[in-house]
Amino acid sequence: MLERFLREGRLSALLWDGCQQQAHGGCPELQDALLNRIVCLPEHVSNKLQGENPPVFFPQNYFPLLGAAVLEVLQMISDSLRGGLDCSISFVSHVLGKVCIHGRQKEILGVLVPRLTELTKSDCIWQRICWRLVECVPERWMEAVVLGFVQRAPGSDVLSRLLGNLVVKNKKAQFVVTQKVLLLQYGHTTAVLQNLLGYLSLDSLRRALLLRVLQELLETWGSSSAVKHSPPEQQLYISKAILICLSHLKEPEIESCRQELLTSMMEGVKCHLDSSLPQLRRLGMVVAESISSKINTEGPVLKFEYEEDDETRELRSLLVQTPPLCVVPSLPGDDRSEKAGAALPLVPESNKKSQTAAPVMPDEESDAELDSDDDLVPYDMSEDKELKIKAPVYIRDCIEVLTGSEDVDKWEATVKALESLIRRNPAATREVSVELAKILLHLEEKTCIEGFVELRQRAQVAVLTTDPIPVSKYLTSQFYSLNYSLRQRMDILDVLVLAAQELSCPKFHGKPKHSDAQKPRIQLLPENDSSKDWRRIVDERIKSKTRRFATRQCHVEPASSPNQFSSVAGHFFFPLLQHFDRPLTTFDLLGEDHLVLGRLVHTLAVLMYLAVNTVAVTAMGKALLEFVWTLRFHTDSYVRQGLLSCISSLLLSVPAELLLADMTEELLETQSWLGDMVEKDPDGDCRRLALQNLLLMENLKKKLEAVPS
Amino acid sequence: MALPPPDPQFVLRGTSAAIHTLHFSCGGQEPDPPVLFSGSENGLIHVWNLKTHRVDTALDGHGRKSVYCVETMGGKDRLLSQGRDQRICLWDLAEGRTSVTDSVCTEHVGFCRCSLVQLAQGRWLMATAAKGLQEVQVLELPSKTSVCTLKPEVGAKLGMPMCLKLWQLSCGSQPLLLAGYEDGSVVLWNVTMGKALSQLICHQEPVMSLDFDSERTKGISGSSEKVLCIWSLNEQQNLQVYKTHELVNAGISDITIRPDKKILATAGWDHRIRIFGWKKLKPLAVLDYHTATVHCVSFSEHRNPRERLLAAGSKDQRISLWSLYTQS
Repeated sequence: MLERFLREGRLSALLWDGCQQQAHGGCPELQDALLNRIVCLPEHVSNKLQGENPPVFFPQNYFPLLGAAVLEVLQMISDSLRGGLDCSISFVSHVLGKVCIHGRQKEILGVLVPRLTELTKSDCIWQRICWRLVECVPERWMEAVVLGFVQRAPGSDVLSRLLGNLVVKNKKAQFVVTQKVLLLQYGHTTAVLQNLLGYLSLDSLRRALLLRVLQELLETWGSSSAVKHSPPEQQLYISKAILICLSHLKEPEIESCRQELLTSMMEGVKCHLDSSLPQLRRLGMVVAESISSKINTEGPVLKFEYEEDDETRELRSLLVQTPPLCVVPSLPGDDRSEKAGAALPLVPESNKKSQTAAPVMPDEESDAELDSDDDLVPYDMSEDKELKIKAPVYIRDCIEVLTGSEDVDKWEATVKALESLIRRNPAATREVSVELAKILLHLEEKTCIEGFVELRQRAQVAVLTTDPIPVSKYLTSQFYSLNYSLRQRMDILDVLVLAAQELSCPKFHGKPKHSDAQKPRIQLLPENDSSKDWRRIVDERIKSKTRRFATRQCHVEPASSPNQFSSVAGHFFFPLLQHFDRPLTTFDLLGEDHLVLGRLVHTLAVLMYLAVNTVAVTAMGKALLEFVWTLRFHTDSYVRQGLLSCISSLLLSVPAELLLADMTEELLETQSWLGDMVEKDPDGDCRRLALQNLLLMENLKKKLEAVPS
Repeated sequence: MALPPPDPQFVLRGTSAAIHTLHFSCGGQEPDPPVLFSGSENGLIHVWNLKTHRVDTALDGHGRKSVYCVETMGGKDRLLSQGRDQRICLWDLAEGRTSVTDSVCTEHVGFCRCSLVQLAQGRWLMATAAKGLQEVQVLELPSKTSVCTLKPEVGAKLGMPMCLKLWQLSCGSQPLLLAGYEDGSVVLWNVTMGKALSQLICHQEPVMSLDFDSERTKGISGSSEKVLCIWSLNEQQNLQVYKTHELVNAGISDITIRPDKKILATAGWDHRIRIFGWKKLKPLAVLDYHTATVHCVSFSEHRNPRERLLAAGSKDQRISLWSLYTQS
């Protein structure tokens, strides 16, 4: 019977009835009951009928039906309004609100929104009806309805027609739109953001809100604690919102809040650049560039150097992608300045070309005149350039050149030749190894050599591998001494890692292999790659383990040679652990130099991993575990990632028996910490790493259990 | 746009040592193939057949010490070679023989190449650096009788002789010697009188090589600097700087003027061979083929000008053969 009731479209009649009743002051209990019945009909029916529910009552069918009924009722209301009759819409609003809060926004609004979009296009009565419809939704259901509309409206103008000035009138809606969606949630798509902010910008009353929203967004964006503690996804979301806001602002509005924009930009840039995640740094740069280009239309514009990627391109496209009417005054100016910027470097270049081309011409002419009697035609000699200066052949010569020489070409050639020279003359290197390491550590780029940093690093690695003990002693001691730049300290760490890797890798003798070039990149962009690197290591490890049981015959042993790292692992490792908690005047690992701390932690993780099968590994593991424990609540996610990598390399390197025998308690504590992290850490990578660590522990446990039985 | 520089016509490899000297012998009659002698660091003299581009014979006469000068005396059967074993050997290569017929011990420890000039049929004059530090000895060959020893005035600090060029204004006239010294000066000696006629300081560094055109009485010298210096000899037998030419890279190890006096070639420490027009020293080509210092350049004396070749020997153990400006 209910089915027939539905089929015959009685639902709309019922709703209409509800409206009428309310208009005439009907009994509220009855209303509530009716409301409940209508919205929960599918549940009631399916509960009653158990498995034999007719398809009409499936929620995905029922709610569109209900939506159609609502539309019909709205039609009736509009008719009656046109007829001059007053009429209440609140029952329908209640229905709508209740449906939405029950999570059926998609079904019901999927029917309502397109139709309403259509109807409100030209008809102001329908617009009024629509506004009333949303306004009359009770407070507690408002959020769901507004969100539903925001998500489903095809554009900000439609949204504006559908919602009217709801946000100005209704506190709850205002809260939802300006706070919740923007600042508390970050799962919405860019289109939703554009809808929402576009909607705010389309009316003068709402524009005030837009400005406020922008200020709040900037506040969040510029707060260092938010940068530190919120996940990068949210920060991306906020950045997008800021850029969209900016795109909607008009000249005078920007004028009015220029000072505030500037201050918050400065704040934000500072804490973003301070971050150890490159993504965040880049985000800060893009947003700051955009703000500065908005607030200084004529003056100099902030310009950062960063690598373009899809994300930055998307972000910047947000800034220009605005409704044409409000962009017209600002965009061309922007464009022009950008073009001028792009054209500027071109001009001198062409100038230069013509300048270099110019002297060649008369030269040739005069030559031709002088030698007009000479019938010999010269060949092209443009390739005849100065030859590169020969590099010194002895290491001591190199030292001399690097320390004292004024001859730039010679210096350049020396830097380029140094690595191969060191590798070819290990004995000669050993005589001066520490001195050489010192020079290299302090070596600054005198001229612009391509790949200078890598050249220097390779030379450093070569020195360290040739004479590991004294050089590692020197480098590790320098890491904690005064008067070094962060760059130098991080160089030390990189060099230690690369050298350890080289020493522990049996294939490395003779020619330096090509993966060498790959490794530095891991170190230079460790934030991106360390987790991958780590995972790769784990994957390899797991693979090798499984292979041992399953396919023994295809496991080819690589040519074995003594692990050169084993005897020196301790020299690399322990000195790095010694002084991390003793701040110097110029270097405070636990304070603001957390970037270096992050690198240090990652370095320790790699050293730990490379020390597998060495004698010192247990002692190293123990020390490392203590170190991790003291730092476990560090605020920087990069440091935490490093700590987690430490744990995993520890679990992989230290033999399981020793692990359990010597550090059971610590391990248990670590395990509970990991459990906590998996649930609560704001950083996605950290959570994943923690989970992987837990799995590793679990595997270890299983393996140990399997052995005695 | 000028043509790109040509590639070598042929490259001779296989000496397995750096090449220090080259000498063509291509003037023979038809059945005789043109040959190129090369002296290398391992003490061997290779005789290259330029038809087949293979080594005909390898001569070993300097005790595995570097050979740095090879000259023919008349035909290609009579050979003179100078090595770091402080000896100058005279070879008889006729009918496939490979024997040293005579040798001169110079006791000179430097790298100065000796210079030959033919006085009459079968009579040769040879200048070579001698045992005394600044001395040049002039001998007659094949008799090995000493003609004179040229010593600079007491107190003149010329240093060791670095390069020598014996020449005659015309056949039968007095032989003269041009010698480049360590201090960068070029000195003209009258060999018969044994006295210096003129001295010209044309370089700051040792003169590495020089060549002289007796028709125009003009010569050119190169040193370890970036400059080529052209000087002329006037009627009063005085040397004067005529012109200098700035090079891109420093260091010239050898200079040779082509027998037809049209072009000259320099062997550079920058691995490049440079070709200049001899008249005005107009730069003509830069041949960039070798991968190490070029030690020597030599022109062939083919009867047919079109066949004339330039050979360059380098530290990279290769000899490159070039065919350049043979049309005119």
